[in-house]
Amino acid sequence: MNVHMSAPVSFRRLRALCRKETWQILRDPSSNIIAFALPVVMLFIFGYGINLDSTAVNLGLVLEDKSPEARRFADNLYGSPYLNVHTARSQAEIEQALTDGRVRGFVVVPVDFAQKVKRPNDTASLLVVADGSEPNTASFVQNYVSGAWNGWMQQRADERGEKLPARISVEPRFWFNPAAESRNYLIPGSITIIMTVIGALLTSLVVAREWERGTMEALLASPVTRTELLLSKLLPYYALGIVSLFLCVGVAALLMRVPFRGSLLMLWVIGSLFLASSLGLGLLLSTVLRNQFNAAQAALNAAFLPAIMLSGFLFEIHSMPAVIQAVTYLIPARYFVTAMQTLFQAGNVPPVLLHSGMFLVAAGSFFIGLTALKTRRRME
Amino acid sequence: MFSRILALIIKELEMLLQDRQSRTILIVPVFLQLALFPFAATLEVKNNTLAVYNEDSGRESIELMQRFSQAQAFTRLLALHNEAEVRRTIDNQRALLVLRFPPDFSRDVAAGRSPKVQAILDGRRSNSGQIALGYVQQIINDYTDERLESQQKTPPSALVTRYWFNPNLDYVWHILPCLVAIITSISTLIVTALSLAREREQGTLDQLLVSPLTPGMIMLGKIIPAILVAVVQATIILLGAIFVYRVPFVGSFVLLYSSMVFYSLALAGFGLLISSICATQQQAFLGIFSFLMPAILLSGYASPIDNMPAWLQYLDWANPFRHFIVIVKGLFLKDIGLGTMLHSLYPLLLIAIGTLGAANWLVRRRLG
Repeated sequence: MNVHMSAPVSFRRLRALCRKETWQILRDPSSNIIAFALPVVMLFIFGYGINLDSTAVNLGLVLEDKSPEARRFADNLYGSPYLNVHTARSQAEIEQALTDGRVRGFVVVPVDFAQKVKRPNDTASLLVVADGSEPNTASFVQNYVSGAWNGWMQQRADERGEKLPARISVEPRFWFNPAAESRNYLIPGSITIIMTVIGALLTSLVVAREWERGTMEALLASPVTRTELLLSKLLPYYALGIVSLFLCVGVAALLMRVPFRGSLLMLWVIGSLFLASSLGLGLLLSTVLRNQFNAAQAALNAAFLPAIMLSGFLFEIHSMPAVIQAVTYLIPARYFVTAMQTLFQAGNVPPVLLHSGMFLVAAGSFFIGLTALKTRRRME
Repeated sequence: MFSRILALIIKELEMLLQDRQSRTILIVPVFLQLALFPFAATLEVKNNTLAVYNEDSGRESIELMQRFSQAQAFTRLLALHNEAEVRRTIDNQRALLVLRFPPDFSRDVAAGRSPKVQAILDGRRSNSGQIALGYVQQIINDYTDERLESQQKTPPSALVTRYWFNPNLDYVWHILPCLVAIITSISTLIVTALSLAREREQGTLDQLLVSPLTPGMIMLGKIIPAILVAVVQATIILLGAIFVYRVPFVGSFVLLYSSMVFYSLALAGFGLLISSICATQQQAFLGIFSFLMPAILLSGYASPIDNMPAWLQYLDWANPFRHFIVIVKGLFLKDIGLGTMLHSLYPLLLIAIGTLGAANWLVRRRLG
């Protein structure tokens, strides 16, 4: 059968193979669901479910001091839109609530609070305890309580006609995303995860399935060349993926109102490059493992989990240790996350897109090239 | 009956461990993930670049810049000289944050006025930006406090913050208990859902069904190996967490392992439910995936469950990850007892009963 190896691509054969593959995709409801229905459902779940902008945090309050001064401080806590204050009778009660996770922190106003505030050379300490097992929320608790505390200090100073010591303030301005809404970058990031699924997971099974069912031998005995075989596996899934990508972006931009500032042409180019690399990864696993059961596990471990953990979709890559950062360079999802976040929020920023595009070309050629190599070995 | 189920379990384990490829895929990813993810999954900001556009040339702004460069969050300090550079730096993501000192900054500080520093952040990474902004504000506050202390003024009140269960807000302490739940789930689901679909695809399910085995026994023959695999993988992660990452484990191992059985049962229930409605391995795999992706992301490891809208929190009640993560974290960090654990354990039991019951019903209906 090696005779056919060097033969050029026959478009008639390729078309026939592609048609067969497309039929197989369309016939199976599961691939349609994963390509069209799931992305939309996922986007909505991600859009509402993953939110790093803390809404109101549950906070416990123990008022050991019932003086007007202590109550005034408490009113500032009650007044904060970021805090949901639950008053407790004793510290023991609120400690149990913290352990159970019913509150994420608590504040204790000690018995001698008002007395110490009045005494000129004394400082009244307020104890803030936050649940460190949720580190992100714990720092929010600290920030919100300290905001309320600052408000109280300011009020007190104003009433007494005092001037608080001059402080340097930092005025934040978020470019591209003025309200600093996390969904504006999490939704573009989650489109990456969805595309990884369509690209790598669907294809990880296709070649393995042919081997398992014995149809691969039949194909190999036919005049089909290696290039034709690979293309017939890539093209139909590429078409599926690119339609799904535009569907996702449409839903995100039109229904979920995430601003999209880039051009659709760039989206298509970058999206195609990313699909090439993740389709390549899926085919490679499928070709090497020849077993759907193992290929499925490998695809989850090699594509899905890294896309969540190492792509920068949730976790800042710059904050990772150098070794882990080096690993992230090998993960195509990383470049697609950056490119998508940029396309959505900043628009066409040539250096960012060029950088991402180049790495995606490299990743795509690597995976598809390796698959081609492995396919030839298997066929010989 | 027991010997029949035992034979099924042994057969299933032999299938799972039959060749080197299968064994590798079951064990190696666990080690890789244990090595990579705890370092990666952090919302802390470290080693970032801070850019400064300093229009001021006084002592105070330079003093502050020196303090920034000593912070762990910023290992590189980039000096910018005009607005165009500020725009380029943010656009191309060369820095997470640009600070801009106004021309009369040092004069204002010296005169006791309250100057404003402008911080320009990348909205594409607004969470990291906000965290970095917190560090910047803290450094500036410490600087101001030191200046005030030298002027001898006692503040009337002060906040003392303590972080319980994780005093240094170490992210690894949060992520490793979550990984126990996440990593073990993949094999549990694959072993239950995919292996049943494989039997169906290869026709061996029919053989099993004509044997004296009941559908319930066949299901048990999938569930028990899945639990065994989950327990072994979880033990690897636990040992890594305790001995390599030094996360303190203050709770009870008996409670942990018994809750793990409930968790695996709930997951196996989902696995069998998926496989009972799927005809092929591909469908089962995509089914697993459709369950796994939202379940992991809404488990509370990525973003707090409290932040979700109420309707989604109710829906998330059926998510085994969510309950098990609370248990593992509670046992690791908070030394919770059986009483507290029950709040999360009974949902797992209900999920297991619901999914296994539904799967059993579907399988029987298909046969009848």
